Amino acid sequence: MNHPQEASVFNDDPERSQWHDETLWLVRDKRDQAAHRVGDWESLREQASQIKAHSLSKLDDYLSEFEKNAIANGIKVHWASDADEHNRIVLKILKDRGVQQLVKSKSMLTEECHLNPFLDANGIEVIDTDLGERIVQLADEPPSHIVMPAIHMRKEEVGELFHDHLGSEAGASDPEYLTDVARQHLRAKFLAADAALTGVNFAVAETGGFVVCTNEGNADLGVHLAPVHIACMGIEKIIPLAEDLGVFLRLLARSATGQDLTVYTSHFHSPRTGAELHLVLVDNGRSERLGQEEFRDALKCIRCGACMNTCPVYRRSGGHSYDWTLPGPLGSVLAPHVDMDAFSSLPFASTLCGSCTDVCPVKIDLHGQLYAWRQKIMAGKSDSGPPLAMKMLAFILARPAAFRSAGWLGRWIIRHTSSNWQRRRFKGWGASRELPTAPKESFRTWYLKNRAAP
Amino acid sequence: MRVGLFIPCFVDQLKPAVAIATLELLERFGCDVFYPENQTCCGQPLANAGLESESLPVMKQFVSSFEECDYIVSPSGSCVLHVREHYDTLDQTDSVQRIRSQTMELCEFLTDILHIERLDASFPHRVGVLASCHGLRGLRLGAASELVEQRPDKVRNLLDMVSGLEVVETSRSDECCGFGGTFALTEDAVSGAMGRDRLNDFLESGPAYITGTDMSCLMHLEGIIRRNELPLRVLHVAEILNGGAA
Repeated sequence: MNHPQEASVFNDDPERSQWHDETLWLVRDKRDQAAHRVGDWESLREQASQIKAHSLSKLDDYLSEFEKNAIANGIKVHWASDADEHNRIVLKILKDRGVQQLVKSKSMLTEECHLNPFLDANGIEVIDTDLGERIVQLADEPPSHIVMPAIHMRKEEVGELFHDHLGSEAGASDPEYLTDVARQHLRAKFLAADAALTGVNFAVAETGGFVVCTNEGNADLGVHLAPVHIACMGIEKIIPLAEDLGVFLRLLARSATGQDLTVYTSHFHSPRTGAELHLVLVDNGRSERLGQEEFRDALKCIRCGACMNTCPVYRRSGGHSYDWTLPGPLGSVLAPHVDMDAFSSLPFASTLCGSCTDVCPVKIDLHGQLYAWRQKIMAGKSDSGPPLAMKMLAFILARPAAFRSAGWLGRWIIRHTSSNWQRRRFKGWGASRELPTAPKESFRTWYLKNRAAP
Repeated sequence: MRVGLFIPCFVDQLKPAVAIATLELLERFGCDVFYPENQTCCGQPLANAGLESESLPVMKQFVSSFEECDYIVSPSGSCVLHVREHYDTLDQTDSVQRIRSQTMELCEFLTDILHIERLDASFPHRVGVLASCHGLRGLRLGAASELVEQRPDKVRNLLDMVSGLEVVETSRSDECCGFGGTFALTEDAVSGAMGRDRLNDFLESGPAYITGTDMSCLMHLEGIIRRNELPLRVLHVAEILNGGAA
């Protein structure tokens, strides 16, 4: 994949790009207001970051403690080393119980594992019940944002989609009407489902319980109606104590959408009477990342999406331009772990402005990791070596005389060529901008004439 | 106080007026300024493109140029940040460590070391301030909008000392302008869109000039201004603080 190319296509429709940017900026703005209403915001971030650092440093201990307590609570615990194993575990639970319809609330982990197509291929109907997720599922697209999966679609497009799939009135675009159509449609699915799958926002080692945050209550509706609840989580979701939730829950919704709390914060500890509760703990590359010091901190992520909302590049290129489950700055530091060559353009899809790092509720040095990935990616290309132009630049910049000559030549060219020629010759710069004008003499020359001792 | 003048490669070649203003400003405050004439570049253009290791000789050239000064001052927050933050791949000799800790951005130096409280400068214009990201979020020259904190704005405080100058506020006060070094070339579509959006923010509040600590960002915006014939001009903050060149 190639981010600049995808981003360029996204910007072929400037009006859409602008609308996308402004919509997400509104969310960022709401986040700012919510953060400023919390007096000790910065110390909360610091506390969250340290709790996560601590949890990750003793992850094996906390996972064992969590498993022990979860089993004691009556939860059936499963371990999956990778996406395949995760999918097979979920399928086996479903097959063993003759499940044909599964309702699913949002889980980025199952997106990461590509669970939906796997279950689909194995004859199980999966219905995403988060409104945004359902929209992209009907559109047969991946989510473009981890909190607002259909943020790239306009209400008119959703109206068309619902007209095609759910029989809503043609041309309808009133969000309230469309939401009601989705609600009626999903009610029937909730009632018919044999099992419900949810993600996990936080798993608490000391209690063996876990927390799921949603705004639509769809997770609760699913698991309270179906006889089987399967919850899937990455192993990094562990926090040590129930009281730690007081830190993370205050940060999560404010960072994500500017709400004080998500509308539903559901705590699960044990199965309902007569029902089953399964929990699948998934590694899928996480323990390897835990061993890489420069990239470890990304495991602190609580999936709030704030880095996406604030990223000026994400806002103007759209989630699909990253071509991976998780877009934006977070996706750009995680995707290369999966395939460094395929996703090599992602760490470069940033100005390194640092906004993602400052907005992150668990203080992941996201732009620092982007910088580090750039070094790794270019070092990985050492067979072919860096591009010739960059090699020449490195040669010139290390040699004062070469630097002066190249600078002189560059200025001469700028002074003696037309704007049109420059536009064609220097496409990267010239498509949007004029080249700077070039003075006859450099500062050094001026300095030697005007200041240097005779 | 012996101050080494660190002039970014592109400023030396393309914007000598910015370097001259920086030099004159420092001289006016009694600094013994000298320009090591064998300096080239800090290496950031290579490092941000993932070629930090290729830039080692460039970094060494920088270090050898600035070995004998009390402070190293530059009219570029981004280049200063690069020296401070990313020279960690060099052997941390005494002189490397000293250079990393003594390299300062111009407004930072005027504020924290020279403790400037008055300026003999006049610039009777409405001015918009471009808060360049590396100065803002890297060097913490002011409070970033993402953080809940109180922090003096070093650039703004200096501009407030210029007589007649009126700073205008813009929406999205510290949104990135889209320059980003090689990003401007490789991600041209997004970079151009970011630059145009940032300029639209400025056009809404209607300053005559846009100023800032980093000529790289300003040159990117200037290129878009000229392409679209927008009623805006850019000046580096040194040019305004040095008495107002326009």
